[in-house]
Amino acid sequence: MQWDIVIGLEIHVQLATQTKIFSGTSTAYGAEPNTQASAVDLAMPGTLPVPNENAFRYALMFGLAVNAEIGRRSVFERKNYFYPDLPKGYQTTQLDKPIVGPGYVDVDLANGETKRVRIHHAHLEEDAGKSLHEDYHGMTGIDLNRAGTPLIEVVTEPDMNSAEEAVAFARKLHSIVTSLGICDGDMSQGSMRFDVNISLKPKGSDTLGTRTETKNLNSFRFMEQAIAHEVERQMDILEDGGKIEQETRLYNGDRDESRSMRTKEEANDYRYFPCPDLLPIEIDDSFIEDARARLPELPDARKARFKGQYGLNDYDASLLSSDAKLASFFEEAAAHGKDAKLTANWIQGEFSARLKAEEKTVTESPISGAQLGDLVVRIADNTLSSAGAKKVFEALWTGNGDNVDAIIDAKGLKQVSDTGALEAMVDEVLAGMPDQVAQFQNEEDPKKRKKMLGGFMGPLMKASKGQGNPKLFNEILLKKLGG
Amino acid sequence: MHNKTVAELARELDSGTVSSLELTQQLLDRIKKEDSKYNSFITVTEEQALADARAADEQRAAGNATPWTGIPFAHKDIFCTNGIRTTCGSRMLENFIPPYDATVTENFRKAGAVCLGKTNMDEFAMGSSNESSYFGAVTNPWGLDNGEKRVPGGSSGGSAAAVAARLVPAATATDTGGSIRQPAALCGITGLKPTYGRVSRYGMIAFASSLDQGGTMARTAEDNAMMLNVMAGFDPKDSTSIERDVPDYTATLNEPLKGLRIGLPKEYFSDQLSPAMEEQVRAAVREYEKLGATVKEVSLPNAKLAIAAYYVIAPAEASANLSRFDGVRYGYRCEDPKDLMDLYTRTRAEGFGNEVKRRILVGTYALSHGYYDAYYLKAQKVRRLIQQDFANAFKEVDVLMSPVSPSPAFIQGEKTNDPVTMYLEDIFTIAINLAGLPAMSVPAGFVDGLPVGLQIIGDHFAEARLLNAAHQFQQVTDWHQREPK
Repeated sequence: MQWDIVIGLEIHVQLATQTKIFSGTSTAYGAEPNTQASAVDLAMPGTLPVPNENAFRYALMFGLAVNAEIGRRSVFERKNYFYPDLPKGYQTTQLDKPIVGPGYVDVDLANGETKRVRIHHAHLEEDAGKSLHEDYHGMTGIDLNRAGTPLIEVVTEPDMNSAEEAVAFARKLHSIVTSLGICDGDMSQGSMRFDVNISLKPKGSDTLGTRTETKNLNSFRFMEQAIAHEVERQMDILEDGGKIEQETRLYNGDRDESRSMRTKEEANDYRYFPCPDLLPIEIDDSFIEDARARLPELPDARKARFKGQYGLNDYDASLLSSDAKLASFFEEAAAHGKDAKLTANWIQGEFSARLKAEEKTVTESPISGAQLGDLVVRIADNTLSSAGAKKVFEALWTGNGDNVDAIIDAKGLKQVSDTGALEAMVDEVLAGMPDQVAQFQNEEDPKKRKKMLGGFMGPLMKASKGQGNPKLFNEILLKKLGG
Repeated sequence: MHNKTVAELARELDSGTVSSLELTQQLLDRIKKEDSKYNSFITVTEEQALADARAADEQRAAGNATPWTGIPFAHKDIFCTNGIRTTCGSRMLENFIPPYDATVTENFRKAGAVCLGKTNMDEFAMGSSNESSYFGAVTNPWGLDNGEKRVPGGSSGGSAAAVAARLVPAATATDTGGSIRQPAALCGITGLKPTYGRVSRYGMIAFASSLDQGGTMARTAEDNAMMLNVMAGFDPKDSTSIERDVPDYTATLNEPLKGLRIGLPKEYFSDQLSPAMEEQVRAAVREYEKLGATVKEVSLPNAKLAIAAYYVIAPAEASANLSRFDGVRYGYRCEDPKDLMDLYTRTRAEGFGNEVKRRILVGTYALSHGYYDAYYLKAQKVRRLIQQDFANAFKEVDVLMSPVSPSPAFIQGEKTNDPVTMYLEDIFTIAINLAGLPAMSVPAGFVDGLPVGLQIIGDHFAEARLLNAAHQFQQVTDWHQREPK
């Protein structure tokens, strides 16, 4: 049987506000446990929440960026359940009156198509603390530093039909929130966490199947794997004539396996009701306009500009525009490097490979955009061969010099492009290789001739101490040999 | 000295006839000697009080005195006091020492007032008789001469008894459904529940957040006004507090009442009220007529629904507010929990008393899936109707007057096994909380030797008018000066 895959996502996006959503405590990541937990965060008796204006501003910016209706009246509810890392015994969240209403995101797929994924809504809420199960000798440690960190939970319609689409959407969303500057996008620190709702239905059917929810995926790779895993699991059950149980599952990425966390019957009754400590918040026009004025260039607009301004093709433009930091690195490099296409190639080649190998982000790169641009200039004007360029890149990366031209001089990497000097070297080398010259001139097969031409290159590079311009050597050779 | 009001003491301190240290020592001695009869204090902070009194005397000598500098008083043990145990009348917080002040506490500290201790209360402010306190019931100073142990009302029964017994001239209190007005009435003192949002709730341990309001207890309206001057105002730490100027509440106490339009809600003079009580209240209203007020009957048609709506909304909010008492971070924790569920269930089973558990259960039920619309949503609709009733009444009159409680102070234990009868104690006060209005209880006579209170209800932010009306009444009556034997 053929199946349609139906996927909807819920994404928790940690907002990059300085302080928590309902207290003035810092949200900085990585502090000693419980050092960033005030009386309010600890839910000490009598303490009260005070909303953080910036959290609203960020949520609004997100809403505007995904073409959403803005909820003019924003109401917080209490979601009641007991857990040690939930200090108040309820999470303050939104239910019926979220700040961001229906919207959409257009996603470019690898096959060149564009897919529109509808946003059902996005609501503001507070994050919980963390339960630490290791290092406490059979006990559980509670760290409430994260408790009260502002989140928006973005809920999509079930508009995605493959793992590829879901991941493409997730990447696009990541690109939007990082471009907006409302989230640091660091998934390893939990800044974005994905819950995936998956169901299958017979191909072409209008009726949705029973869905499962796989929770807390914190990388694109795990998300892709988890979807593939869950689709297969459901398919096996359905094809064996079984039924899917509505449940919440946990996926273990290291083992590529999942287990049931709770079934629908076991689900909590959260007893939502409006939080009496927080009055409904009316969002007025001026606040919306203020948020709109703060919107930076978004990925879609940036991509269009990259194509127009730099003449990049669709693929390059898409890749370089998706990440705000990478995009600004590119623009800095291109401003210095003049040749945008060559700059793009270097960023996607050597530069990205090196970042990946050393698990660094763009902002952690030891090379600045300006330096890369300077390097590109010297490649474009034939000062550097590609081998020489790699040596300069290496020197910049490892901190052995910070000026491209100085490195070229110091390492003697400048190509000799003086035709007279090169011609003299060619004459000398050819004079020392009469047999090979004769062989070449008698050869008819162009392939073999090309190969034989390469045979002169080694001695030429040796004669020029590696500094001869290979392209010019090639041209001179052909002229001399009558090729 | 213990018979003097806050205003009188302020003048004595100012003229130098007594120092704050002397005054504080006298009252501390009196508490030591007398309070075993009433059990009105949970904690007496003698050392801190004496140190604060010395500091206040120095401040006065330096010429930096406020009207409150050096004045002894007490806090209901629901207001968090930095470094001083705050129990909320519960075993759950028996050893809880907050590392922060409630905004109300901080305001009194800044004003230079000297806190003598923390007063007893119904556990988590849930009760109308002060019998649900983990630290024992409070006994009303009235009736003791007949050998009767009567309730002081609740939940601010400790504050009311302490003021009535002249242990302190004033005490803070809170009112969620009548917890200031009913004990003030039963103990023969003057109490004010301000408009919701007038006094910060920060650091005031929550019972029902949309109804809780901190307020004042003293023997005179003037002292209540002096207290409110310290307590009222916007607090950035409480987003339900209201940004609105605070008048000097003592400035308008002497305005004449000529032309004051008084409404008597006919629903509040029902057969639930004993004829003797009704007569006292009507007599008080006649005093107002003599002072130039006009009186007419008004109607609050939905008032009869108030108790039912309240006992859905208040427990619903309480059920969530009290979830934080889970034994994880502070407060009571059961011995040797075998797992997380055991920690939660035994901590809460052992740490909370019966009335608190009853309300958590009721509230949890009312919010449960499938019942929410029928209970919580319906109660909120009733709440809006009640608010509308009051709004309509205030189109015709300036203040409403009514009894505070259906009967005077009852004997301890009389209603403890009948929660619903106990809940009816608040039948005349609860609607005011649902509407967020200010209201006072003013001593207005006696029935069988027990005090009777007159309730004066105002429109939102009409505290100055209420205090003015109460003060003028106290210029022509002496009910508020009567002292229990």
